[in-house]
Amino acid sequence: MTAIVTAKNLSQIYELKRGMFAKPLALKAVKETSFTVEQGETLAIVGESGCGKSTLARMLTMIEPPTEGELTIDGIRIAEASDSDLKRLRSIVQIVFQNPYGALNPRQKVGAILEEPLKINTSLSAAERRERAEKMLAEVGLRPEHYGRYPHMFSGGQRQRIAIARAIMLEPKILVLDEPVSALDVSIQAQILNLLAELQERLGLTYIFISHDLSVVRHVATRVMVMYLGRPVEIAPVEELYANPLHPYTRALLAATPAARPGRRGARQRLTGELPSPINPPTGCAFHPRCPYADERTKRERPELTQHGKTMVACFAVDEGRLPPPDAAVVETPEPRA
Amino acid sequence: MSLLTIRNLSVTFATASGPFRAVDGVDMTIAPGEVVGIVGESGSGKSVAMLGLMGLLPDSATVTADVISFEGRDMLKMSNRERRKIIGKDIAMIFQEPIASLNPCFTAGYQIGEALKTHLGLDKKAARRRTIELLSQVGIPEPERRMTAYPHQLSGGMSQRVMIAMAIACEPKLLIADEPTTALDVTIQAQILDLLLDLQRERGMAMILITHDMGVIAETAERVVVQYAGQQVERQSVANLFETPRHPYTSALLAAMPERARGGRLPTIPGVVPGQGDRPTACLFNPRCPKADERCRTVVPPRQPAELGEALCHYPVGADPRPPEAIPPGFGPLSRQPLEGGARASTIAPEVPGDAR
Repeated sequence: MTAIVTAKNLSQIYELKRGMFAKPLALKAVKETSFTVEQGETLAIVGESGCGKSTLARMLTMIEPPTEGELTIDGIRIAEASDSDLKRLRSIVQIVFQNPYGALNPRQKVGAILEEPLKINTSLSAAERRERAEKMLAEVGLRPEHYGRYPHMFSGGQRQRIAIARAIMLEPKILVLDEPVSALDVSIQAQILNLLAELQERLGLTYIFISHDLSVVRHVATRVMVMYLGRPVEIAPVEELYANPLHPYTRALLAATPAARPGRRGARQRLTGELPSPINPPTGCAFHPRCPYADERTKRERPELTQHGKTMVACFAVDEGRLPPPDAAVVETPEPRA
Repeated sequence: MSLLTIRNLSVTFATASGPFRAVDGVDMTIAPGEVVGIVGESGSGKSVAMLGLMGLLPDSATVTADVISFEGRDMLKMSNRERRKIIGKDIAMIFQEPIASLNPCFTAGYQIGEALKTHLGLDKKAARRRTIELLSQVGIPEPERRMTAYPHQLSGGMSQRVMIAMAIACEPKLLIADEPTTALDVTIQAQILDLLLDLQRERGMAMILITHDMGVIAETAERVVVQYAGQQVERQSVANLFETPRHPYTSALLAAMPERARGGRLPTIPGVVPGQGDRPTACLFNPRCPKADERCRTVVPPRQPAELGEALCHYPVGADPRPPEAIPPGFGPLSRQPLEGGARASTIAPEVPGDAR
C-alpha cells in the first residue's frame, strides 16, 4: 500500500471583507490538517456542517489552492507542479457532488455531459467518444437510449449515476465523493452505494468519501477522519472507530446518530450547545465549550494528534488517561445477521 | 376517545396531464398523548396527507375524506372560520426547513406573539411575557435578546426551536412535525428530538412525526405507518415493525439501511417510486417487489389483520399462503436473513423500464 495523497499542514483561510477601511476578518475553514490516503482505500471524512470537510474536497480536487501547507497527489507536489502535470492531475482526481439536481447542466443531453471531459482532455473522434459514453452508461446501470435525454427526465438516483459516470469518464485514480447519497432516499441510496463499491473493485479507485451520516460511513469506509472546526480530531480504521471511539466528539456523534433499533434511546449522553463560529474559534481545544471532560489545560493549550493504538486522536483527556471507556450504549455491536 | 380520526382521506391534484392522486385512502386514529410516526420515501404522499388535513394545500388540490373528526367534532362540516380556530391552536405543525418557514421580515419574538394575539387574545405585554417563557422552554439561551433577532441571525437549530416555540404557543393537543430534523446536523437533531419528546410528555400532547429516517422513527414513535405511493402499506407498533415487518416494501426498506448490513453489498429495491405517468395496476409495489406474481398485478391487495401489520398485501412477509416452490425468489421469508438470488446482491441493478418519462 502506498500513499496516493499526502497532505501536510493544509490550511485554507478565507478573508471576509468588512468594509473599505476595516481589516478583513480571517475565516480559517481548514487548519493545519495532515493526513494520507492509501491507494485503493476509502477514507471517510466525517463532521457537522462548517467543519471544513467540503473545503478540504475543494483543495483535493484543485478547485482552490491551499493557503498554506503542502499537498502531494500521485507523487506530484501541487504547489510546484508544471502546467502539464497539473492538467494530468486534474483528470486523475474527479469529484461527485451532493446534489445531483444542481450538478448537471439542464441544457445538455446526457451524451454531451459524458463526452465533455473527453472533448477537452483527449483527441478522440466523435464516434469514439460516443462509443465510450454508451459503454459508460451501461457501466453505471443506465440504458443506451438514455444517451439522448436531458437531465430533467431522470430521477435523483439516476442523475447521481450520470454524475458518477461523468466523473469516471477520464479513468481517474481518485474520486472525491462529497455527500454523494445524502440527497437520496434509502432504497436509492443503497443502489448508489452498491454501484460505488462495484466501480471501486473493478477500476481500483481510491475514494475520499465525505459524509455526515455515520451509518453510511461505517458501511463504505476503510479509515475515518473525524473533523471539528477545521481540524481532524480523530483518525482511525473504521472498525476501531466504531468499537472504541476515543475523542469525546466522536462519541457524541455516535451517540446522536439514531439507530434503527427501537427502545435504545434514553441512556445516552447528549451534546449541548452548537458548533462555534470558525471566525472566532474557542481558545485551546476547539471542542472544550461542549466537552464534558474539559479542564483548565484544554482551555489554554491545543492538543495535537497523537497515536493511541491504531487511532490518532487530539485530546488531552485521552493523553492523560482520564477518559472513561466508551459508553456501552454507543458502541453496542449490532446483532449478527443470520 | 380518540383525539383525531381520519377515514379514507384522499388528495388529488389537477395537473396539466390530468388528475394525480397523491394520497389514496389514508386512515388514522390518534389517541391523546400518543406519538405516531409516518415513514416513507419522497413522493409517498406523507406530507401531502397532513397538509390536506391542515388545509394548507393549493387550490389545485382536492381533499376528500369520509371522516375527519377532532375531539369528536366533524371538521368536514365546519366553516373555514371555525376550522381556523382549531388549526394553529389545537393542531399545530412544524416544517422541514426552519429558516424558510419563518418570515424573514419580522423578528422571532413578533412571529411567536402573533399566534398568541390571534388565538388567545393576549395583549402586548402578556404576549411578550409569554414569548420569553416559551423561548426559554424550548432551550434558547438569553430569550430576551433572541426575541428581537431576525431569522437570518439564527442558526438552523435555533430557528427550529423558534418554530417549535411558535407551534406550542397555544398549547396544542396535537403537533404535526414534518421532517423536523432533516435539515439539521446529527448532534442538533438529537437535541431537537429530545426537546419534542420532553414537551410531548410534559404536556400530554399527541404528535405525528413525518420522516424518511427509520432511525428517527425507532427512537421516537410508538406506532408507525409506512406509506408508499400515497397508500398506507403497513401499520404496526414500532417494536413489531422492526422485528417482523409484514409488507415486502417495509422489509426491503429496512434491509437497505447500511446500518443493518455489514460488508459486501446492500440489498436494494430496484426502480423508483411510481409517479403520475407510470402508476401500476393493482398492488402499487408490484413492479419493484421480488415476490410479486400475476395476482399482484391484477387484483387489488386486501388489508391484512392487525397481527399481520395491517399490511396492504396479498402475500405478507412470514405469512405467505403460497406453497414454498410457488414463491418467486426474493427477499426471503424474513428480511434479517441474508438476501440472495433475486435481491440483486452484487449486480448493478438496472433501473426498471418506464421510470424515466
